Amino acid sequence: MSTTDTTASGIGPVEGDSLYSVDNPAPVIEPPRKRTKKTPKSTRGNFELAAWLFMRLSGVVLVVLVIGHLLIQLVLDGGVSKIGFAFVAGRWASPFWQVWDLAMLWLAMLHGGNGLRTVINDYAERPNTRLWLKGLLYTATVFTILLGTLVIFTFDPNIR
Amino acid sequence: MPAGTLYRGREGMWSWVAHRVTGVLIFFFLFVHVLDTALVRVSPEAYDTVVATYKTPIVALLEYGLVAAILFHALNGLRVIAVDFWVKGARYQKQMLWTVVALWLVLMIGAIYPVLGHAARELFGS
Ligand code: HEM
Ligand code: HEM
Repeated sequence: MSTTDTTASGIGPVEGDSLYSVDNPAPVIEPPRKRTKKTPKSTRGNFELAAWLFMRLSGVVLVVLVIGHLLIQLVLDGGVSKIGFAFVAGRWASPFWQVWDLAMLWLAMLHGGNGLRTVINDYAERPNTRLWLKGLLYTATVFTILLGTLVIFTFDPNIR
Repeated sequence: MPAGTLYRGREGMWSWVAHRVTGVLIFFFLFVHVLDTALVRVSPEAYDTVVATYKTPIVALLEYGLVAAILFHALNGLRVIAVDFWVKGARYQKQMLWTVVALWLVLMIGAIYPVLGHAARELFGS
C-alpha cells in the first residue's frame, strides 16, 4: 500500500496522462467498517434463517395437529354440540391428548407470533410504532402460552 | 399504477395476501380460544355457559369461516413449502395453487353438513 494516495483527485489533466498506471494503481479504499481481531466471524446472527425454517417445520406439524383438532371438535361425534366441561375432562384424562394440545398450543402460538412479527415489520414504519406493536405482540404471545400450559397441567376434573 | 411485474396482481400476489389475512385471523382466534378454554379452571358452569355460544347458529357460521381460513392457510402453506424445498416447486407453483383451490372447495363442501347441520336443525326444526 505504499503507493496509496487517497487525497489525489482521480481525474488527470485533460490533455495529460491518467494519474494511475500499472506502476501506480488506483488508491485502495478502506472498507467503511473494517474487521478487527475483535469482530466476530459473522456480524449478523442467523435468527431470520432459523425463523424462516421454523415457520416451515412447524407448519407441517400443525397441519396434522390443527386439522385433527378441528375434526374432533367440529365434525366427529356430534360436532360442537357435544362440547362441555365433561367432554374436556374426558379428553384431558389421557396424556396423549394433553401432549397433543400442548404441542398445538406452543407451535401455533410461536408460528403465529413470528408470522405477526413479519407483518408488523412490513407495515409499521415508524420505529416507535414498531416497538409498541411488537411489545404488545410478545406480551400477548407469552401470556397466552403460559396460561394455556398452566390450564393443561393444573386441570382438575373434580373442581366442584 | 406502477408498471406491471411478473408478480404484482397475479395469482402469486393474491395467494400471498390470502395467506397473510388468514394467518392473522387464526392468530386472533387462538388468543380468544385459549382464554375461553381457561374457564375450565374457573368452574364447569362458567365454561359450559361460554361454550353454549359456540353452538348458536350465528357462531356456527363463524366456525365455518374459521374452517375456511384454516384449510386455505394449511393447504397454501404446504404449497409455499413445496415451492421453497422442491426443485420443481417454482415451476409448478401455479398448478399447485389451482390444486389448493380445488381441494379447498371440495373440503368446504364436505364441511357444510358437519359444521352447519346443527344450526340448520335449530333454525328450521328437524
Ligand atoms: C371452532 C373450532 C374449535 C373448537 C370447537 C375447539 C374446541 C376446543 C376444546 C373443546 C378444547 C379443550 C381441550 C380439548 O378438548 O382438546 C380446545 C383446546 C385447544 N384448542 Fe381448540 N377448538 C377449535 C379450534 C381451534 C383452532 C383453530 C386451534 C389452533 C389454531 C385450536 C387450538 C387449541 C389449543 C392450543 C387448545 C389447548 C388450550 C389450552 O392449553 O388451554 N383450537 N379446543
Ligand atoms: C395448519 C398448518 C399451517 C401451515 C402449513 C402454515 C404454513 C405457513 C407458512 C409456510 C408460512 C410462511 C409463509 C412465508 O414465509 O411466505 C406461514 C405464515 C404465517 N402463518 Fe401459518 N401455517 C399453519 C398454521 C398457522 C396457524 C395455526 C396460525 C395462527 C396461529 C398461522 C399464522 C401465520 C401467520 C400470521 C403467518 C405470516 C404471514 C405472512 O408473513 O404473510 N399459521 N404459515
